[in-house]
Amino acid sequence: MTAPSGIANAALLEAKKLTIQFGGLRAVDEVSFDVKPGEVYTIVGPNGAGKTTVFNLISRIYDVSDGHIVFQGRDITDVPPHRIARMGIARTFQNIELFEHSTVLQNLLVGRHCRNRTNLLSEIFFTPGVLRAEVEHRDKVERIIDFLELQHYREQIIANLPYGVRKVVELARALSTEPTLLLLDEPASGLNIEETDDLANWIDDIKSDLKITVLMIEHDMRLVSRVSDRVLAMNQGRVLAEGTAAEVQRHPDVVRAYLGS
Amino acid sequence: MRNIFKTSYVQDIRLFEHAGHYFWYGLLLIAVFAAPQIIPQFFVGEMSLVFVYAIAGIGLMLLTGYTGLASLGHAAFLGVGAYAHNYFVTKLGIPFPFALVMAGFVSAAVGIAFALPALRMTGIYLAIATLAFAVILDQVFSHWGSVTGGFRGVPVARPNLFGWPMATETHFYYLCLVVLILVTLGARNILRSATGRAMMAIRDSEISAQSMGIHIARTKVTAFGLSTFITGIAGGLLAHKLQFVSPEAFSIILSIQLLLMIVVGGLGSLHGCFYGAVIVAFLPQFLALMKDVLPPSIGQIPGLQGGVFGLILVLFILLEPYGIYGRWRKIRLFFEVFPLYRRATFKRQRGYLKTERMR
Repeated sequence: MTAPSGIANAALLEAKKLTIQFGGLRAVDEVSFDVKPGEVYTIVGPNGAGKTTVFNLISRIYDVSDGHIVFQGRDITDVPPHRIARMGIARTFQNIELFEHSTVLQNLLVGRHCRNRTNLLSEIFFTPGVLRAEVEHRDKVERIIDFLELQHYREQIIANLPYGVRKVVELARALSTEPTLLLLDEPASGLNIEETDDLANWIDDIKSDLKITVLMIEHDMRLVSRVSDRVLAMNQGRVLAEGTAAEVQRHPDVVRAYLGS
Repeated sequence: MRNIFKTSYVQDIRLFEHAGHYFWYGLLLIAVFAAPQIIPQFFVGEMSLVFVYAIAGIGLMLLTGYTGLASLGHAAFLGVGAYAHNYFVTKLGIPFPFALVMAGFVSAAVGIAFALPALRMTGIYLAIATLAFAVILDQVFSHWGSVTGGFRGVPVARPNLFGWPMATETHFYYLCLVVLILVTLGARNILRSATGRAMMAIRDSEISAQSMGIHIARTKVTAFGLSTFITGIAGGLLAHKLQFVSPEAFSIILSIQLLLMIVVGGLGSLHGCFYGAVIVAFLPQFLALMKDVLPPSIGQIPGLQGGVFGLILVLFILLEPYGIYGRWRKIRLFFEVFPLYRRATFKRQRGYLKTERMR
C-alpha cells in the first residue's frame, strides 16, 4: 500500500479521500486535502462537521474506513497509533488530556517518550547512560519551557493550574516530541483575548522559528485569519471550500452552513 | 519554607532532593540496621514480616498505584513465588539468592501469561479477571501435589546462604531488609525514568499517552511483569517467614490485605507501601492484644480482624483517598507554606468538559 511519494507537489501531509463510517454515519466523507511544509493550515466548520474526527484519523486513534493518509511520502494509514509521535506528528486535544496528578515538568518529559532509547534493564539500575538520556530530555524540555514562558509553572501539579495555562502546557507537551507536524485541536477554545493573542504569536513563532508545520482546528476566526496560510471548511463530514481565510469566509456554501439558507 | 537553589538538572534526577533527605533517610537506615540489637526477638520477627509485606506492596503499587490497574489476585502471585522458590531450593538445590530471583521470574512469567489476554480489560473488569485467575492458581496449588504438596502443603527450611544457615530471626531480618532496599531502589529507578513515566501517563490518560508515542499494551504488560516479579520475590521470602506453604495462606483475604495496604498507605507513592505494611503486619497483633482489654462482647466477636480491616479501608477511601502518605504531604505542605496553605491544592477537581474523552 505504498503510495507514490508526493515529490511533485511536495506535500508534508496528504489526506486522500479520507472516509470513516460509524455504523450508518459517515462522520468523514471522502475528505481530501494536503498540507505543505512550513504552512499553517486550518480546518474550520460548525460543530459535528468531523474536524476532530479527521485529527483522530491522522493520529490513528480511529481506523480509516476508506482512503489514505500520506505523511512525508509514506502511507501511514496502517501505522499503529504509538508510532505516529516518533514519525513526527504531535497533537493537542480539544478537552485537555494532560496527566493531572503530575507536574508540568513530568508532563513534558512524557512528551519525550517517543525519542527515548533506554531499555528497562538499564533503567532498573539507572546506569550512567540513563542519567545522560534524562539530562538530555530535561534540556530539550527546558528549551520548550523557555519558548512558551512556562518557567513559573515548572514544578506545579496540573490540577492546580488555571485553564489557560493548561492549554499552553498541552502545546508544550506536543512540542516536546520534536514534531514536524503539529496538530492543534481548538487551541484557543476557553482562552481569553490576551491568551489568544499570545497563542497567535506562538503559532507564528512555531512556524517561523521552529520550522514546524501546523494543522489546526479553530473556531475563532480572528485567530484563524491572523495565522493561517490556508483554510479548509468542512460541514457534515464533507469539504465545503478551501482557500485563504477571507475566501473561505465569503464562500456561499460556508455562509449557508453557518447561517442556514 | 525551604528554598532549594538548583544549579543542575541532575539535582532533580537524584534519589534524594536535598541534604535533609540524606540525613533523615540515613538516620532511618541506621535505625533499622541497629534495631535487632535493641528490640525483643518477637518484634524482630514481626518487622521482617513488615519488610516482606512492603516488598509485595511495592509490587502491587507499581501496578495499581502507578499504572492504574487494579489487581485482586496478587496473593496468588505471592503463592507462585513461594512455591517456586521452595521447589528450587529444596528439590533442585539451587543456592538461595538465585532461587529467589528465579522465583521472581517464574511469577513474572505467570503474570505476563495472564496479562497478555487480560489487559484488554480495564478497571473493575480487570479486577474481576485477576480474582478469577487467583482462584485458578489456588486450584493449581491444591492439586499439583508433586510440586506444591497439595492441600497439606510443604514445610520450608530456613534460608541457607551459600552454606551459611540463617538460623535466627535476626539473620532473616537482615536478609529481608537487604532485599527490600534493593527492590525499593529498583522501583525508584524505574519510576524516575521513561518506563515509570509511561506507566503514570497510562494511569492518567491512555489516549494522550498513546499520542505521545507510548505503546499502551507493552507498557501495561511490562508493569504487570515487574509487579509480579517483585511480588514473587516477596512470596519466596514469605515462605521462609511462614516456614510452611499451603494453599490457604494465599487466599483472597491476603489479596485484599495487600490492596488495603497500598490504599491505606497512599496510592501512587512508594512511601505508602511502608506505612501500609506496618499497619497490615501489626494490626492483627494489636487486635490480639486488645482482645484481652476489650469487653468480651466486642473482643470475642468472630471475624473481628476482617471487620476492622474492612472498616479501615472504607474510612480511608471516604476520608483520605491519598492514604497516610497523602495526609503527611498535606501536613508538610501546610507548614512549609504557612500561612498560605490552600485547601483546594489536594481537592479532587471536577474535570473540565470531558464530552469527547475517549478511552
